Amino acid sequence: MWKRLLWWWRRKQESEEIEEELRAHLAIEADQRTAQGSSPQEARLAARRLFGNQARIAEESRDVWRVLWLEQLWQDVRFGVRALWHSPGFTFIALLTLAIGVGANTAIFSVVNSVLIQPLRYPEAGRLVAVWQVAPGLPNFTGKLNCAPTMYFTYREQNRTFEKFGVWSTGGASVTGVGDPEQLHVVFVTYGVLDALGVQPAVGRRFSEADDTPGTEETVILSDWYWQKRFGGNASVVGSTLQVDSRPRRVIGVMPKDFEFPGNLPELFMPERLERSKLFLGNFSYTGLARLKPGVTIEQANADLARMIPIWVDSWPLPRGFNKAFFVNARLSPRIRALKEDVVGDIGQVLWVLMGTIGLVLLIACANVANLLLVRAGGRQQEFAIRAALGAGWGRIARELLIESLTLGVLGGVIGLGLAYASLRVFAASGPDTLPRMSEIGIAPLVLVFALAVSLASGLLFGLIPILKYARPRIAAALGGGGRTLSQSCERHRARNTLVVVQVALALVLLVGSGLMIRTFQAMRNIAPGFTNPGNIQLLHVSIPEGQVKEPDRVMRMQQEMEGKLAVIPGVETVSFAAAAPLEGFYSSNVVYAQDKVYTAGEIAPIRSFRFVAPGYLKAVGTPLIAGRDFTWTDLYDRLDVALVSENMAREMWGDPAAALGRHIREGAGEPWREVVGVAADVHSEGIPREAPKTVYWPALMNNFRGNQVQVTRGGVFLVRSSRAGTESFLKEAREAIWSINANLPVFQVQTVEDLNRQSMARTSLTLVMLGIAGGMALLLGIIGIYGVISYAVTQRTREIGIRMALGARPGELQRMFVRDGLILAEVGVAIGAGAAVGLSRLMKSLLFEVSPLDPVTYAAVAVVLVTSAVLASYLPARRAAAVDPLDALRAE
Amino acid sequence: MSGKLDLLQGTLDLLILRTLQWGPQHGHGIGQAIRSRSDDLLQVEHGSLYPALHRLRREGWIESEWGVTENNQRAKFYRLTATGKKQLAAEETRWKLFVKTMGRVLRSQE
Repeated sequence: MWKRLLWWWRRKQESEEIEEELRAHLAIEADQRTAQGSSPQEARLAARRLFGNQARIAEESRDVWRVLWLEQLWQDVRFGVRALWHSPGFTFIALLTLAIGVGANTAIFSVVNSVLIQPLRYPEAGRLVAVWQVAPGLPNFTGKLNCAPTMYFTYREQNRTFEKFGVWSTGGASVTGVGDPEQLHVVFVTYGVLDALGVQPAVGRRFSEADDTPGTEETVILSDWYWQKRFGGNASVVGSTLQVDSRPRRVIGVMPKDFEFPGNLPELFMPERLERSKLFLGNFSYTGLARLKPGVTIEQANADLARMIPIWVDSWPLPRGFNKAFFVNARLSPRIRALKEDVVGDIGQVLWVLMGTIGLVLLIACANVANLLLVRAGGRQQEFAIRAALGAGWGRIARELLIESLTLGVLGGVIGLGLAYASLRVFAASGPDTLPRMSEIGIAPLVLVFALAVSLASGLLFGLIPILKYARPRIAAALGGGGRTLSQSCERHRARNTLVVVQVALALVLLVGSGLMIRTFQAMRNIAPGFTNPGNIQLLHVSIPEGQVKEPDRVMRMQQEMEGKLAVIPGVETVSFAAAAPLEGFYSSNVVYAQDKVYTAGEIAPIRSFRFVAPGYLKAVGTPLIAGRDFTWTDLYDRLDVALVSENMAREMWGDPAAALGRHIREGAGEPWREVVGVAADVHSEGIPREAPKTVYWPALMNNFRGNQVQVTRGGVFLVRSSRAGTESFLKEAREAIWSINANLPVFQVQTVEDLNRQSMARTSLTLVMLGIAGGMALLLGIIGIYGVISYAVTQRTREIGIRMALGARPGELQRMFVRDGLILAEVGVAIGAGAAVGLSRLMKSLLFEVSPLDPVTYAAVAVVLVTSAVLASYLPARRAAAVDPLDALRAE
Repeated sequence: MSGKLDLLQGTLDLLILRTLQWGPQHGHGIGQAIRSRSDDLLQVEHGSLYPALHRLRREGWIESEWGVTENNQRAKFYRLTATGKKQLAAEETRWKLFVKTMGRVLRSQE
């Protein structure tokens, strides 16, 4: 083989040598003949006659060295490129269509690849699992439960299936002494969490079991980006102390640069110190993370946990006011799932839906290119026939056509890859931050393979259609036809018509998808969310640590003073304070008992969402008060036993909002009964598409709550309603107002409720935008398809039109004839597409909100849009038909 | 019989290799040598000779080099390589076996 390669390398020189060798042969022959007495000229002629076809001998000698199929392929590709080059209009349209199709597919696939297909970036990430529980016995509760701190000990000590296990939670801490006071995002981990992930700090050490033990020196590990930002990557920071929440902590390490904690980007990691002697059952607020032993399945691990849950219930004290029957009746059972599923969450479904829709767009694009190729091949039919008659095999012609299509496909794919790369850069810069593993998205080798495969498959798909149609022995028909037939046979149009019908059907599916998303968006907009003008509600978080202000009353007073300062900023309507604002995502919940209800032993009351609020919260958010009154400052400072409930909770328990007033509720047996003094309207506080949770509002300062004699909300948010919300000048004044009371407090998570609203809608918006783009492209391509077919038909049937006109047909009738043709294609496409859409739209059910996947309005609207577009697309060429001059038409050709 | 023999499939290679055993020769010379040694009975078509030379070169049995004839004509001379000599021996053995076998078969039918 390498000899042939060498020859190929020197092919030019070798070819010349062959020619020279043959010339030498002739010269020698001629010399000999001259020596025998012929004249030189005679001798030369005789030599040549004897020699035969010099060119053929040279060619056959060259052939000896050739890798024939490769060279022929190369020749065909060059021929294909030349053919494409000679019809720039066709090539441009086809390449553009393909590049968009392949590019969009590649872009989405690279997202799918890095989010869904690639494993997480931890060693042997397949063995990492998140540990959850479900409690089917809890009324009104269908979600998953995290781990309780006590579970950490039971699971860690008694399991048989985990190599490592730990629990973690997130929180915040202020750091002082390094620049401005800063509130940082912290992940609290028990021993075992970083070990399970299998990641070592880049500098320093991991947490040891001793770091978890109360009484030892407090420690902290920094994330790489915080270390770079605050300490310029100086390794001598390790070993020094950092003031965290006004207490010194020893820095023991820095995590590596590419380390990403599952679903979080914290600045600091701190040990979670659980004091074993003070723990009891319940408090499911820690996320469990485990590395399974090699070979252990998730089912085995679940069985292992199921075995341990009764042991757990028996080995820990009960929380105050609970009995054991509660935990037994809750029917806790384990739900372990792969960590990747946890990290990816429900975005996976959105991505698959997108992948599917973009795939459909590519199919439509292929149909369009196939249509163009059919026209081209139809025009070249005579050329093919002549070549076949002259001896070219039909196989050779078919191969040429196919290679031309594949070349088109690959060229389109290369441009598409460029488009995908560019759009990913844009996407990464401005995309939704709700997408997990965003930083990992890129053009991976698998993506390149995908792009190539898609390009070749498309080339094959649209390349085979004209081949099946034209590249077969029909010489007589093609030569005989000669373009002088009156009109095209139906058979010849069938392929193109089928393609258009397919296009319309696919476009309908995509348009129905985007239509359903638009309806979902509308439905979301029409909901009364329970808050008004979210863009005017400025949120500023402040947390007052115990190290600074110890007494709960003083914390509350300080917060009230800050409210006072914020209220006098120009343009502020109203100010309040709460533990969390609507849509913020962190809220607590628990069971709530009512005094007037009878509970059997061990019966579990329904779980309610909790809000801890200061007076004026409802007004600041814009939630109407349905009945009763709001909290007053007296309620808080005198720590009266009062509460507010949401309207839906009042209706569920007492049938009517007004009937709730004067009733008494509490969380558990150890707490006083608290009087319901007011009923607030429902708030969609977990995101507009989610149902409004049944909520209890507790005073931000109260007695006897969860084992605290006095409970105060240390970390919370100021809600400032102002039309200036979000502006730079306003935020500066707001920060100064807070710092005028206490200059040592970081102000953080500064945003408006509208910002949160947008984030909660991000999934819907992303799907809407992508489906909208796909649907728009599909519609455009479909219209082009119909236009192309009708317009081609008009051109082909010019003679027929002329004859009809000469026989007295009116232009209007002819116009209608062509429009009717387009309409029939569109209607058949719509009918088939509607059938497909009914099946496919079910897949996006979870993305829809208050809209049925079979929403008749959407289907009707889309059908009308498509049919109207089809009429328009056929009307334009049909008008040309009506303008045909019968004399010209008959004289033509 | 027209007095000329058609070459049997596969024998051309053997004839070329055998001719080159007497020393390097150019294409014209090889053709002439075969013709004269066969008393003009074997005519080598030029259309087969040159492709065959290139095939043998590709297989590495012969090498080529530019040289000059007695008449001062530049020409490409071919020479047997070591593997070519082995190949020649093998082909000769095979040919002799073939001839012997053919002879035996034809005689037995007489």
